[in-house]
Amino acid sequence: MIGRFNWAGVIDFLPQLMTGLYYTLLISIVGLVIGFILGGIFGLGRIAQSKVISSISVVYIEIIRGTPVLVQAIWIYYALPLIIGTELGSVTAGIIVIALNSGAYIAEIVRGAVQSIDKGQMEAGRSLGLNHGQTMRYIIWPQAFKRMIPPLGNQFIISIKDTSLLSVILVPELIFQGRLIAANHFNAVEIYTTVAVFYLAITLTLSFVLQRMERRLET
Amino acid sequence: MITVKDLHKTFGDNEVLKGIDCEIEPSEVVCVIGPSGSGKSTFLRCLNMLEPVTGGEVIVDGYNLNDPKTDINMVRTEVGMVFQQFNLFPHKKVIENLMLAPQKVRKISDDEAHERCLKLLEKVGLADKADQYPQSLSGGQQQRVAIARALAMEPKMMLFDEPTSALDPELVGEVLEVMKQLANEGMTMFVVTHEMGFAREVGDRVLFMDEGVIVEEGVPDQIFSNPQSERTKEFLNKIL
Repeated sequence: MIGRFNWAGVIDFLPQLMTGLYYTLLISIVGLVIGFILGGIFGLGRIAQSKVISSISVVYIEIIRGTPVLVQAIWIYYALPLIIGTELGSVTAGIIVIALNSGAYIAEIVRGAVQSIDKGQMEAGRSLGLNHGQTMRYIIWPQAFKRMIPPLGNQFIISIKDTSLLSVILVPELIFQGRLIAANHFNAVEIYTTVAVFYLAITLTLSFVLQRMERRLET
Repeated sequence: MITVKDLHKTFGDNEVLKGIDCEIEPSEVVCVIGPSGSGKSTFLRCLNMLEPVTGGEVIVDGYNLNDPKTDINMVRTEVGMVFQQFNLFPHKKVIENLMLAPQKVRKISDDEAHERCLKLLEKVGLADKADQYPQSLSGGQQQRVAIARALAMEPKMMLFDEPTSALDPELVGEVLEVMKQLANEGMTMFVVTHEMGFAREVGDRVLFMDEGVIVEEGVPDQIFSNPQSERTKEFLNKIL
């Protein structure tokens, strides 16, 4: 059976797959960096004393968590331009989708980690005369960040895999390229297997890096 | 140094402090004793606004804590606090635990902070632990670090919230020794404690609290040897 397939032929399509890999990585990295910033803002926003700020954060988180990524992608690429009156490139739209989507989940990770820090830590900081912001920055955040790493890694991996859905809004990422190739050359097994291996390579590398990071922060 | 007038504190429907009046003079060591749930820790926490006051007046070092214009962070730099659970910062080395607030709040230089904090660690007998992390220390050592951390801000007075209650019995002595030394140096101290021996020996005055009020107060000898109130007698009989 296996012999029927032309695995060596995959090499011819590597440049095209590399282009796809480039977009997958670009959107993942830029999207997750923005998502992490959004997550920090809205995660802390959710536990802010101001009712307005915490309400805005809750609304954002619930809307994103309550709708499928695919719907978010289609809405941002096809519907949002009609509202704001400007076209969005598919890559830009893709980055927005990953950023907004991961941001909501990361916000919950941030909130959970910050709230898991013993309240005696905040009291100790405040009793020394540090203000709320200083206590957050020097005492709570560094401890919370350590606890965020495992769930963050999880979210990063989920978001990277979610980028494959962006093929429906014509982002030229990995699976988009794969489908183009397979449709023209009838080599679905070889190409889709290769695409799967590419995704696996990205996520395994990330897992490895995060594990090392966690170990280094352990002391 | 501290004036408390008709202090009330409620948590929801639960009135924990039901009108407390108290005056603490500079260099005085006041020990608060009483059964658990009597409100003594809440009283202490009201003195640096870790618990917002519901009613009455608390004046610390001339600052009225109820006044919205009072900079509470300012007041707290003058009032050191030691917690039952130590609450050291686990991600920072011992010396960094001490240096953080002087650097960030008092804005003193790194070198000066390091020097001052190392001296304080010497004072509590832990200079050799400066570069270790708190987890590697015993409970007694951690609490001594916590005392040194509070002292690093050079406060005018110190609050101790059951500082030895979380310690193994054999580690209590080393912490009380440091506190005694502080008292002898003239530090104003407010100590919530179950260590009757300490209250008796080091305290200038003892307050007995029960059910949210100060039932009885006086010099230690009088409270411990000749209590006037039935409730005080009952409490002391149970624990002594």
